[in-house]
Amino acid sequence: MPNKPKVAFYWCASCGGCEEAVVDLAEAILDVVAMVDIVFWPVAMDFKRKDVESMADGSITATFLNGAIRTSEQESMARLLRNKSQLLVALGACSHLGGIPGLANLFDRAGIMQEAYVRPPSTINAEGTLPRTHYGDNGHSVELPAFHETVRSLDQVVDVDYYIPGCPPTPKTFLAAVQTLLGGAPPVKGTVLAPDCALCDECPRKDTKPEKPVFTEFKRPQQMLVDEEKCLLAQGLLCMGPGTRSGCEALCVRGNMPCTGCYGPTSRVRDQGAKILSCLASLVDSKDETEIDRVLSTIPDPVGTFYRYSLPGSLLRRKRPDGARQAPLPTR
Amino acid sequence: MLSRHPSAPETSQSTFEPRIVAFFCNWCTYLAADLAGTSRMKYAPNVRVVRLMCSGRVDPQFVLDAFAHGADGVFIGGCHPGDCHYQEGNYKTLKRYHLLKRVVKEMGIEEERFRLEWISAAEADRVRTTINQMVEKVRELGPLNLELKELDKAHAEEVLV
Repeated sequence: MPNKPKVAFYWCASCGGCEEAVVDLAEAILDVVAMVDIVFWPVAMDFKRKDVESMADGSITATFLNGAIRTSEQESMARLLRNKSQLLVALGACSHLGGIPGLANLFDRAGIMQEAYVRPPSTINAEGTLPRTHYGDNGHSVELPAFHETVRSLDQVVDVDYYIPGCPPTPKTFLAAVQTLLGGAPPVKGTVLAPDCALCDECPRKDTKPEKPVFTEFKRPQQMLVDEEKCLLAQGLLCMGPGTRSGCEALCVRGNMPCTGCYGPTSRVRDQGAKILSCLASLVDSKDETEIDRVLSTIPDPVGTFYRYSLPGSLLRRKRPDGARQAPLPTR
Repeated sequence: MLSRHPSAPETSQSTFEPRIVAFFCNWCTYLAADLAGTSRMKYAPNVRVVRLMCSGRVDPQFVLDAFAHGADGVFIGGCHPGDCHYQEGNYKTLKRYHLLKRVVKEMGIEEERFRLEWISAAEADRVRTTINQMVEKVRELGPLNLELKELDKAHAEEVLV
């Protein structure tokens, strides 16, 4: 198989859902395997780092890397794969914009360590032992990757050629992206390989969307019986559809749940959270300051809602470092 | 990217000069600032004014971009409620401001660094007093140090343990 394009898959700070999306191609994965030669895929096949190190620079046609970058090991693998690959493709929301792990940018490293290893009610750690990068005992030594202060998207660490959005990307999005890349006319570098319009455009409830939905309260799905036909914004639910790229075929809305924004913004928007905030706030149905505040207070966690998948990739990237707030104590 | 004003010294705590980005609407606050100028009023020179047709044009991205590129404060000036040239642009600003302020605060930026004022075309003195107040407040708070290059620098210099 000398002429087939060589492809690699790797994961960093992620849940494994993107790898699952590749497997979810089901029979179509046979088409992909027929088109390419998989040279590195630790999650599914037995390869080691040294196998990649022994490859010539640029010998991998395309690497699909999912997950954000938090540890020194992830950073070094991202750099290694960048050098070995002609194309580096950020696969999934974490790699694209930081994803769910990126919400840790609301905290600093010290707070996270305390929260994970010292404070939990079920933990007894009187000496406050924390993970170390190096541990020596009886002439043996053990190394752990270092934990960075900030979570970064892939393009904040190495040069990225293309992005495949989604948490996870749907098999259809992934397959279409692979076909685009293998086709004769590759898109402009930096392209997000999904349609470039808002989710509302492909939403099955599009026709029931009022010209201007208004809010007297932002409801949450568990607080109400959600109508299965009507636009979710028109029902008072906070749906990220107007500020999110399409391509998922409105999977969540079809499941009667509002969009949470995993496909990221369209190409005209730099900061998804700021833009959807702008859209939803201006739909509050009042001109009175006290009432506006009351309506907006029904959004309990604006950062976690509007930046659920995009905090590291946003304009501010993280909570201001010298004012980093303490991780909240668990309620006992 | 905002360039450093030639008269603004390096931002060390002792010589800190706040940099404030102000978005003024064309019909009220910008005219008030103009009037303050022609009336020879003096106010702190720390504000860089951006004229927009309406305060409703202030995309929250503009505010965050200003903070991310070195502004120590952001000031929005618009018409009084009911006076908007475009009927309700300032109400949209008001609603966005209330929500964006919560985001800004949660991102570790003191809320006093982000201010919205209604200033009509006649209120030149209000331009002077509100700008002076804000500059003083931000001076007390100190530099924001949020420039992205600072973040990259911190990352490069991070001691990993």
